[in-house]
Amino acid sequence: MKTKNTREREHDMRKYLISTVAASALALVLGMTSVRAEDAVDPNAKQGGAITITYKDDVATLDPAIGYDWQNWSMIKSLFDGLMDYEPGTTNLRPDLAESYEIAPDGKTFTFKLRQGVKFHNGREMTADDVKYSLDRVTNPKTQSPGAGFFGSIKGYDDVAAGKAESLAGITVGDPYTIKFELTRPDATFLHVMAINFSHVVPKEEVEKYGADFGKHPVGTGAFKLAEWTLGQRVVFERNPDYWHKDLPHLDKITFEIGQEPIVALLRLQKGEIDVPGDGIPPAKFQEVMADPEQKARVVEGGQLHTGYITMNTTMAPFDNVKVRQAVNMAINKDRIVQLINNRAVPANQPLPPSMPGYDKEFKGYSYDVAKAKALLAEAGHPGGFDTQLFAMNTDPNPRIAQAIQQDLAAVGIKASIQSLAQANVIAAGGDKAGAPMIWSGGMAWIADFPDPSNFYGPILGCAGAVPGGWNWSWYCNKELDAKAAEADSIVDPAKAGERAKMWSEIYGKIMEDAPWAPVFNEQRFTMKSTRMGGADNLYVDPVHIPINYDNVYVTDVQ
Amino acid sequence: MIAYLGRRVVQAVLILLGVSLITFALLYLLPADPVRQIAGRSATPETVENIRRQLGLDQPFVVQYWHYLISLLSGDLGRSYIQRSEVTELIVSRLPASLLLMVGAIACEVVIGLTMGLIAAVKRGTATDQSLMVASFVGVSAPQFVVGLLLLYVFAVRLGWFPIGGYGAWRHLVLPSLTMGILGAGWYARMMRSSMIDVLRQDYVRTARAKGLARSAIIFRHALPNAILPVIAMIGIDIGIFMGGIVVVESVFGWPGIGQLAWQAIQRIDIPIIMGVTLVSAFAIVLGNLLADTVAPFIDPRIKLR
Repeated sequence: MKTKNTREREHDMRKYLISTVAASALALVLGMTSVRAEDAVDPNAKQGGAITITYKDDVATLDPAIGYDWQNWSMIKSLFDGLMDYEPGTTNLRPDLAESYEIAPDGKTFTFKLRQGVKFHNGREMTADDVKYSLDRVTNPKTQSPGAGFFGSIKGYDDVAAGKAESLAGITVGDPYTIKFELTRPDATFLHVMAINFSHVVPKEEVEKYGADFGKHPVGTGAFKLAEWTLGQRVVFERNPDYWHKDLPHLDKITFEIGQEPIVALLRLQKGEIDVPGDGIPPAKFQEVMADPEQKARVVEGGQLHTGYITMNTTMAPFDNVKVRQAVNMAINKDRIVQLINNRAVPANQPLPPSMPGYDKEFKGYSYDVAKAKALLAEAGHPGGFDTQLFAMNTDPNPRIAQAIQQDLAAVGIKASIQSLAQANVIAAGGDKAGAPMIWSGGMAWIADFPDPSNFYGPILGCAGAVPGGWNWSWYCNKELDAKAAEADSIVDPAKAGERAKMWSEIYGKIMEDAPWAPVFNEQRFTMKSTRMGGADNLYVDPVHIPINYDNVYVTDVQ
Repeated sequence: MIAYLGRRVVQAVLILLGVSLITFALLYLLPADPVRQIAGRSATPETVENIRRQLGLDQPFVVQYWHYLISLLSGDLGRSYIQRSEVTELIVSRLPASLLLMVGAIACEVVIGLTMGLIAAVKRGTATDQSLMVASFVGVSAPQFVVGLLLLYVFAVRLGWFPIGGYGAWRHLVLPSLTMGILGAGWYARMMRSSMIDVLRQDYVRTARAKGLARSAIIFRHALPNAILPVIAMIGIDIGIFMGGIVVVESVFGWPGIGQLAWQAIQRIDIPIIMGVTLVSAFAIVLGNLLADTVAPFIDPRIKLR
């Protein structure tokens, strides 16, 4: 028998539930609105100070429409902003230059309200026209942006891509602080697309002033602005005093020193001359660093949205036989490969990395079983194995990993000769239908552009990528899964994100039945930093900022 | 003299044309597609073709090469595929660093090499001579990558006398120059030794000795100036060797020269930069040889221009 008190509580609960359901229903009718809550700033953070970061290679370009390597990706994020961003150190989306957004019930119209008073580094206020200009620019074929394809769901994209229109028909500027996007299909990834660098906002006047050299003279709304760029030597960022988030950034200055070998950078870190070696810990020094408590204390470990895998060309015999592909999956000793790279990774059994929504923790995959692999090969009509080729990139540790794979394959009778080539040549072979029977993806492996499960499908496992020059090196094309993927991506309602993630888990489960890949491992990230650097660990292994989140870290030795 | 120079300049232009043709052809034949690198992994085939058209990479080889030559004549080396900057700007901004390193390296190899060679020749046949020649042999054979890292470890990390890589002050110049210079010093030591031994056998040296001149006066006033000439004439040729060396040494020491630029471009298959650096290096080598050959008769009258 329930007491009155409990009943009252139950009643309150029901009332709460009803109001929540009503609110959700209302949201569905009016569209879904999300307003940004301000990020909490680390109360221990100190203001001021300067840090030094080293890199081996030149910074390619700081134009957000063009920069697409892991080195300039994070730098661009500090100079420019997009409508959306992620909470620092996480994969949680939240509005950035937008103050709030609203999604129409059909999932095809997104309306963003912009934050007012945001200024470009040149002092002019950023408005909705700038957002539209930036997206027209990135999709214009003349810009030659490697990211243009991300905007394919915006109405009018095809005309702009074909050079028939200068402007995306699906983008309308309501007033200076309102911008509306109409899509040709419901797109659950659209908010992520509004967070990637390619959609970051640039001022038209500066782009026109510098033309093709805008990437050397970047002007954005970001937390830092470019102070100096001496080609081949250094790039210097200084704090943007007019940044709209008044408590950020913490640092006054960041100096990127260019042309430093990773091994030299490590020595300089030990001498206290630099703060972060941007290229990470050199593989040859990894064990030494991890064995020394003093050095290990400077290391932050985290996951990354990466999977290393072996592709099998499903259009080439004998890999057109699913049993052969499954046999390869069982033949690979992943634990040994992980050991080979000093445990800088965790073994993988599915395409998605563990930190990605949709990753199936229960999924067991193919376990290492030589006898079963041999039996499957016999069933497939290759009892004595066969001869094939394994392509791999020629920089350490990839040739060593390829050799380990070669040995594992030899144990089940498959004689694979290794083709160890420069990165571009392996990519070219993968994009050629008759190019490569097997590829070890190391050094070229897929790292997600944004933390969404769909990002591991379309270009690398879907039919769209199985084209000459594409990245679907297995040439795996399953129309049924393509349809299912499209269905999952039409679930725009954030409340159904769980359902969508589950659909994606199923898709990847089906893929593993067909086994176009043998997933091998998910790389871990190890960032080294000087002892004076402060801020939560996740800022140093931020999933979208490599190597670190420049805007939120700080140094502890300033007054 | 003028006819000789004219002939050499024509030869030089032909060599540069040949170098450009061979490099262009090799890069054209590479199985990698630069357009795909520019277009990125999310690009549709249409986007890829569009960019290919814009860059003129859909044209036949001969047309592409012709266009390249035409722009080259106006001093335009094109834009980098990866960095998207003008190749000329990238090279010009890095050239001073490479030239500085070259001067440092020449200073190191001349000073070290000539000293070693001189001592070896004077102490010919002794243990000093033999150990110096062994040292020169080691200097010639040791890979620059190893020498560079070794010097870096000992003098920068352990002893802390010099900075670990970087650019700017004279202290930055010492270790990279030494690394580059050690190779040349080995050669110079051997050349200097044989040249000096040759000179010490000459009649005028015997005469000088006979009239009772001090040993040091004979060596420094009479023998050295003559022995040094053929060696100095070789410096121009060294430029060619340096062009190969800077790729390695600049990478080890983080020296912001064109060698480092070339190495990065090769790794990323950035064809316009590879072409540009190759042409600039070829030009430097041709110029160096031309200088060496033209200056040689003035230094050593036994050589005649033909």
